[in-house]
Amino acid sequence: MAARLSGGGGENRLVSLPLSRIRVIMKSSPEVSSINQDALFLTAKATELFVQYLASYSYKHGRGKEKNALTYSDLSHTAEECETFQFLADILPKKILASKYLKMLEKEKRDGEVGEGEEEEEEEDDEDEAVGEDVGS
Amino acid sequence: MAERPEDLNLPNAVITRIIKEALPDGVNISKEARSAISRAASVFVLYATSCANNFAMKGKRKTLNAGDVLSAMEEMEFQRFVGPLKESLEVYRREQKGKKEARKDKDKKTDSEEQDKSREEENDDDDERMEEEEQNEEEEVDN
Repeated sequence: MAARLSGGGGENRLVSLPLSRIRVIMKSSPEVSSINQDALFLTAKATELFVQYLASYSYKHGRGKEKNALTYSDLSHTAEECETFQFLADILPKKILASKYLKMLEKEKRDGEVGEGEEEEEEEDDEDEAVGEDVGS
Repeated sequence: MAERPEDLNLPNAVITRIIKEALPDGVNISKEARSAISRAASVFVLYATSCANNFAMKGKRKTLNAGDVLSAMEEMEFQRFVGPLKESLEVYRREQKGKKEARKDKDKKTDSEEQDKSREEENDDDDERMEEEEQNEEEEVDN
């Protein structure tokens, strides 16, 4: 159940995300003992603000061709490019075609480099072809 | 972690609504994008919690409080949230205070059976009070 303004109209809610669920996520963190009610509310509200910010930022800065859609690639692009959202880079990896990935591997072999640490090694050539764990399907 | 993966997710319908409110009318959100944002939101909660917890530990406290969460936002470079969060918190506190007073009024008016129930509620710790406040909304409607 969402916390809402008392006596308010239907849509006039203070926070829409369920506090109980937010609490479950927070408690899954091993070091956390207890959470004050205000802290729980603030975390829920902050998460809503975050969702709005991530969505609107990605839409504005997305390099997708579609102007009337927000796509996954807009989001992963934001995670890569914007410092504030970099903590999301691991869960929003960029996707590339399998064929392109294979070509990349071949190139690395030819260049005589051990292709283990794709992201650790800062190679200029690879900036545009940065790839996460997932290969697009 | 003991929780199943679904338990750490936020409800799709709510996430979708929040996204739509942030985008111009008529913009579609792919299912993949929606799911990604939902996961990002869960990660955000974990990150914020961990960060807030560091502030609590610095203050030698075991309970996360409002100040810890606000400090976490600054630390995470979401200073833009701090102002709106403080405002919302004020409204929330007023609302909680109002509910508490409404419950006390109910105690005085109602018969002994309900008084016992309310006294039980008062004795519960924060965790359960939170859940019962959420249930109370329905009780108030019934009355």
